[in-house]
Amino acid sequence: MRPFTRHQGLVVPMDRANIDTDLIVPKQFLKSIRRSGFGPNLFDELRYLDEGVPDADNSHRPLNPDFPLNFPRYQGASILLARENFGCGSSREHAAWAMEDFGFRSVIAPSFADIFRSNAFKNGILPIELAASQVQTLFQKVQEEEGFSLDINLEDCTVRLPAGEIWSFEVDAFRRDCLLQGLDDIGLTLESATAISAFEEQHQARFPWLFEDIRL
Amino acid sequence: MAQTLYDKLWEAHLVEQREDGTALIYIDRHLLHEVTSPQAFEGLTLAGRPLWRRNANLAVPDHNVSTLKAERDGGLAALPDPISRIQLQTLDDNCDAFDVAQIHLDDLRQGIVHVIGPEQGAVLPGMTVVCGDSHTSTHGAAGALAHGIGTSEVEHVLATQCLIQKKMKNFKVEVSGQLAAGVTAKDIALAVIREIGTAGGTGYAIEFCGSAIRDLSMEGRMTLCNMAIEAGARCGLVAVDDVTLNYFKDKPLAPKGEQWQLAEMWWRTLHSDEKAVFDRSISLDGSAIAPHVTWGTSPEMVTSIDGHVPRLSDMPDETARLGLKRALEYMGLEEGMAIGDIRPDAIFIGSCTNSRIEDLRAAAAVLKGRRVSENIRKAMVVPGSGLVKAQAEAEGLDKIFIEAGMEWREPGCSMCLAMNADRLLPGERCASTSNRNFEGRQGGGGRTHLVSPAMAAAAAVAGRFVPVEKALSETAGVSS
Repeated sequence: MRPFTRHQGLVVPMDRANIDTDLIVPKQFLKSIRRSGFGPNLFDELRYLDEGVPDADNSHRPLNPDFPLNFPRYQGASILLARENFGCGSSREHAAWAMEDFGFRSVIAPSFADIFRSNAFKNGILPIELAASQVQTLFQKVQEEEGFSLDINLEDCTVRLPAGEIWSFEVDAFRRDCLLQGLDDIGLTLESATAISAFEEQHQARFPWLFEDIRL
Repeated sequence: MAQTLYDKLWEAHLVEQREDGTALIYIDRHLLHEVTSPQAFEGLTLAGRPLWRRNANLAVPDHNVSTLKAERDGGLAALPDPISRIQLQTLDDNCDAFDVAQIHLDDLRQGIVHVIGPEQGAVLPGMTVVCGDSHTSTHGAAGALAHGIGTSEVEHVLATQCLIQKKMKNFKVEVSGQLAAGVTAKDIALAVIREIGTAGGTGYAIEFCGSAIRDLSMEGRMTLCNMAIEAGARCGLVAVDDVTLNYFKDKPLAPKGEQWQLAEMWWRTLHSDEKAVFDRSISLDGSAIAPHVTWGTSPEMVTSIDGHVPRLSDMPDETARLGLKRALEYMGLEEGMAIGDIRPDAIFIGSCTNSRIEDLRAAAAVLKGRRVSENIRKAMVVPGSGLVKAQAEAEGLDKIFIEAGMEWREPGCSMCLAMNADRLLPGERCASTSNRNFEGRQGGGGRTHLVSPAMAAAAAVAGRFVPVEKALSETAGVSS
């Protein structure tokens, strides 16, 4: 995983609540057995005017001119601004893969759905929860100032606005460490292999039926 | 100290509690399907990591399978879509390479992962269960701690048999009283989401309790816990009781003899203690819950059958107004419109929410001797598993559906998420027993109204949303 320490980037607004993972990456692209290449189909149904097809060339498809990601002023954006409950719905990690592949490094919203939040962290994307009033301020500023960008610092957990104002945010300590160092958490968990084996042994003694052969 | 059901399940599976608040939770059962597992197996292969415990895993193809008999009979080679064929073949290949037990596509027991898990006893009370699918919350109905996870977590569980989790908060949803006739677990789920919103359960494990919950069958409890995720909660739970034990008694993978006695002793403790403290509680009067219908593009955009689509002027702020405007535009509805004036073009009875035998019986009871309305262009019933299908056929339900003018399909996720060819056309309006009414969920531009199986059947015969009794009295039934 690509580490995240500090990131300065252009902000693109999507003024809606409950942006679900079906919207982030529609189902037809979930047929892929790969982990990469989802970027061109991020927000496919909103971004293009025609229907997206897996494994197709997306470069000549008609773009929806009313969708912020297509506005000239937001080209190259790497921070997404949204409203409550971002990433709700399906557990598809393809949503996080698509965002990462597109070039997003962070999403700022008043709240996130649990599974998306976890998927984002595991793919080097920092979900930042700010108060609804702060998010509202950001929506106004993005609207007013072309080229509005933010400087996100995960080391001290702050977001710096262009005018110099600094807001702090909270992030789970474990997730922060993994992101700062780009750690593979399977490797980390396997450091506890002895503890897992010991637990498993007593678990089997207590609940032997859980360890019966599963072959049907 | 008094514990909640969630506390007990958490404690029984806690491998390691870390200072930063995270913990390692041991996973008893891991269910896999073709869509969210290939990248996880690939990750293991690339890192050269073996499975921690092969025997914990059970795979089944469901999300991207054809539900047409002709295509199913021909096996993988007969699937017309080459990308889907590769995905299904990859599940076979991975299960072979890693020696993972799989219920194959041509097996009578194949079906939706959340239907076959309990049906086979692969999920049991007191277990921790994960699956790369958000509707894994379904299994909480068994008194199991079940989390939907992402693909990185699928890989993590395959390699370590553990999930890194922070303990969630406890949320008690009590539904008292007795449900009225024609009101089902689906309506309870929608009523709860209407009350707390789609993010109301975020960060919580929801335990459903109260007399209306105790009165639900296992199938009903599965429907309810299935939709906990639509309220934002990764886990839904129902305490173990006689209903639970009777359901699991003869399941193929359930413990037998002395093992069952031992298991039952532990299972009988799986309820919240009387003095257990919840971080949040709500209570609903079950007798006051009416059949529900969603009108918008989020499950919280829902009202009862006698209700109306809200008006823009009812919205508290600009974001809410914008959200409502967008939803109405997408759904092709007018503000203030009566739910009873909405006319679906399509009917879908199926999904991990409502495709079990009880669901099919409820729909068939309405459809028996009746015909699907002329303005319905497409109507399908997709049983949750091969065993559900066989049971329904043994009871003659398939004939009722077919005579009513509905298609009787092979098991799979089908038009709940429309990954396969079963989907709505742009602008098509569907009365669906599935779980999500998101934009494009059942096909690009498709419009979904979530309802119970009985309500979907009522809409099928009446051609609009009506209470079941009205559908029965309005339409000429040929009783037999």
